[in-house]
Amino acid sequence: MLFGPSVGHKKPLIFKIPHLAEFLVFVYALWISTYAMFFVTFFLQPNLIMASYTLKINSKTYTVEADPKMPLLWAIRDLAGLTGTKYGCGIAQCGACTVHMGGQPVRSCSIPVSVAAGKDLTTIEGLSADNTHPVQQAWIKEQVPQCGYCQSGQIMAATALLKKTPNPTDKDIDTAMQGHICRCGTYPRIRKAIKTASQIMNQKASAK
Amino acid sequence: METKNLTRRNFIKLSSLTGAALTIGFYFPTGAKAAEVMKSETADNLGIDLNAWISIDTNGKVTITNHRAEMGQGSFQSVPQIIAEELEVDLNDVRIVFAQGNNAKYGSQITGGSSTVRGTYKKLLHLSATAREMLIEAAAKKWNVPASECYAENGHVIHKPSGKKFNYGELVADASKLTPPTSVPLKDPKDYKVLRKPIPRQDTPLKVNGTATFGMDKKLPGMLYAVVERNPRFQGKLKGFDDTETKKVPGVKHVIPVKMSVFNTFREGVAVVADSIWSAMQGRKVLKVEWDDSGFEHFSTEQLYARMNDDLKTKDGLSFRTKGNFAAALEKADKKLEATYETPYESHSCMEPVNCTAHYQGDKLEIWGPIQGPDWVQDLLSPLMDLPKEKIIVNMTFLGGGFGRKAFMDYPHEAAVISKAVNAPVQVVWTREDDTTQGPFRPGMVYQCSGGLKDGRISAYKAKLAGQNMDHQWPGAQKDSYNGSTTEGFLEPYFESIPHYSFSDLPLDVPIPVMWWRSVYASTNGFAFESFMDELAVQAGKDPLDFRRQHLGEERYQTLINRLEEVSGWKNRKKNEGYGVSITECFSSIVGEVVKVSKKADGKVKVDKVWAVMDCGWYVNPDIIRAQVEGSIVMAIGAATVHATHFNDGKAVEQNFNTYKMPRITDTPEIEVHVVDNEEKAGGVGEPGLPPLSAALTNAIFDLTGKRIRKLPFNLEEV
Ligand code: FES
Ligand code: FES
Repeated sequence: MLFGPSVGHKKPLIFKIPHLAEFLVFVYALWISTYAMFFVTFFLQPNLIMASYTLKINSKTYTVEADPKMPLLWAIRDLAGLTGTKYGCGIAQCGACTVHMGGQPVRSCSIPVSVAAGKDLTTIEGLSADNTHPVQQAWIKEQVPQCGYCQSGQIMAATALLKKTPNPTDKDIDTAMQGHICRCGTYPRIRKAIKTASQIMNQKASAK
Repeated sequence: METKNLTRRNFIKLSSLTGAALTIGFYFPTGAKAAEVMKSETADNLGIDLNAWISIDTNGKVTITNHRAEMGQGSFQSVPQIIAEELEVDLNDVRIVFAQGNNAKYGSQITGGSSTVRGTYKKLLHLSATAREMLIEAAAKKWNVPASECYAENGHVIHKPSGKKFNYGELVADASKLTPPTSVPLKDPKDYKVLRKPIPRQDTPLKVNGTATFGMDKKLPGMLYAVVERNPRFQGKLKGFDDTETKKVPGVKHVIPVKMSVFNTFREGVAVVADSIWSAMQGRKVLKVEWDDSGFEHFSTEQLYARMNDDLKTKDGLSFRTKGNFAAALEKADKKLEATYETPYESHSCMEPVNCTAHYQGDKLEIWGPIQGPDWVQDLLSPLMDLPKEKIIVNMTFLGGGFGRKAFMDYPHEAAVISKAVNAPVQVVWTREDDTTQGPFRPGMVYQCSGGLKDGRISAYKAKLAGQNMDHQWPGAQKDSYNGSTTEGFLEPYFESIPHYSFSDLPLDVPIPVMWWRSVYASTNGFAFESFMDELAVQAGKDPLDFRRQHLGEERYQTLINRLEEVSGWKNRKKNEGYGVSITECFSSIVGEVVKVSKKADGKVKVDKVWAVMDCGWYVNPDIIRAQVEGSIVMAIGAATVHATHFNDGKAVEQNFNTYKMPRITDTPEIEVHVVDNEEKAGGVGEPGLPPLSAALTNAIFDLTGKRIRKLPFNLEEV
């Protein structure tokens, strides 16, 4: 037998069936709505127009001049100058660009700047600059990062998961994190670190 | 010998950090190429250089230079951790900086072949101990006491009888004027305080708050961004382009043809240069390009593999390593076996796509980027850009993955050419699609293995491999030369215990660029060699681990097998419970892995657990080793069961992570890694964990289901 393009890996779409439903509910719902907005923007705005937008990132206000279709990712990195958020694929496959919009994890590579304008945005820089956020502490304790490139996205996703599910099960973790690629293969430590972060958060809560 | 290299001269410099007039000088460690003294170009604010790696300012702040690339494998920790041990400083108090490209100063900086620790640890231990002894001598002179009454600890020299102490900052100016001692005592490993300890990595804090600077995070005043439409067929030429629409995109400043050096040829494309990445990408979308793709073959994957298989059937190949008489021994064997194994082409797909920033300024060129070999970039670009090597300044950023791809110098060249053409600093960003489709790729391979058994032992063994030889792409390569990596992955003692063997290769000469991919040839050899070893064990009616043990007489290998047997619970497993084993050797480290698979409720196979035992000899940080083996296992699971690059009409088919899928958290089993403690020579850490996995997995599937998988990748859902 020879190799052919047809002999590739056949998984249904990106994700395995058992998790698909939950994944759609928890993560994609927001993207679908933003995609809809994207197309509205795309069709209603004539091409090649620059406009002024106000971005609220980490409680700071940035006024940027941009093409309405410019993905939020590039506005954050190149216009606001916050380079902690990373480009990995540009097509919502890897999660490297994950930020929070209105408290929800979203893929900034697939949201036009025009849609994100005015919304509350949090990037990795907004978690804490001094690594005091429990998820950052857990990431350090478990020594998660290797190259580190995917980790901003991983941490933003984990933070959103823990906010909604303070004591996640293994399955909760896999479901929430399966949209995030780590080429260095830090997945075993991501699992551990999310549990550690959950413990740190619980300790902090009970200390109060 | 050593004394010759210890030449030293002093340069007076004003340190911006301390405001004091300081002396900068350093000596070259044994083995460095040039024995002359040069001034450190980065040392201005770091204090006094005691040598190329160590600077101390007058306050006692120690700066350690990491001369190698940090791409996740941990050199940013390992190099300083080695130095801190003999220098007697606390790693938490030192500042770590990246070196610029300068192999006259540091020796080779190419970060590949898992060579950082194994290639430099002796040198680093020695020069750190030398610096310590110089500091001790300086203190002894100040106190006017014998140096033997003094010792160093935690950044201080202490006079034992009186308890007086100086911190290193108070001594460094004097110390740097001393002639370095020719021989220095090195610690016994049992006295190590820093080495062998799982000390948290110094780069972790930067990597959890977004402050680590990767290639794409580099910003320069007035910097432009470029994306390049490159010919999707390697060796294709640019015929012409129409940039009418591109020029209308706001922000687009220049559209220029560009050629970058790739092995013995140039890759051609058209660069769109704009004031933002987004504008450049938009401009590229409406660019019309015409290619000239005549004069070379446009392959499909089917054709490539058909040619490799034909070669294996009809040719003997270029002989690399033989002993005895394979044919005669096979004739006399009790049992004979033959099998063919296939592995796919793969993309490196680092999470950080290839990118590079260059600023050409007429008489000099400065480069910033995720670069595995800054000195290699200097060597390549010097003739191409017509600049002396020292006028090419190469700065390493953190690398968002490397895996061999970023040891290649095409993209710095491309960035330099574009910067020169537009007369501005330029950051060239490869989109994920560019990164996935342009290669260089791991070469696809086909292996034909045959063997004979006599009295339950291997009496004859033959392996022929067909596939592209990476060395054959370089200018002036001898294309009839054998592949020196034909036996990579095969365990050394087998060459003793197998009486008759033959290894040869059949180079495939096709226009597809190929390149080292984490663990290089061992990444695919390991699958063939260790699958076939399993098939031989089954034929011999032996337990697969015992069968290997029987052929691996050396104590070091026996220890590893015993450890693997113990940690994986191998002896207690039930028949056909789904256990598989594989052991390979790569870059002087030996790694054994056991995989356990089982059937899920729906009857499909899943991977439950992987146990790994790593013997890399002398080592630095057990936690980094565990992390590297975990990561290697995940990457190997991907290459075995998730992704492959295919070609159609001379172009790569898979473009982004929607088709070139990556292993995800849901594909990741539990992984348990053990590190062997011994005093063997240091071996590699970043790569050797990868080669054994695929065969351990398919051997486990055979154990569970009786089905032998000889071709990668395969879909676990379809086993
Ligand atoms: S860059 Fe947004 S998901 Fe990959
Ligand atoms: S740490 Fe390198 S990609 Fe995740």
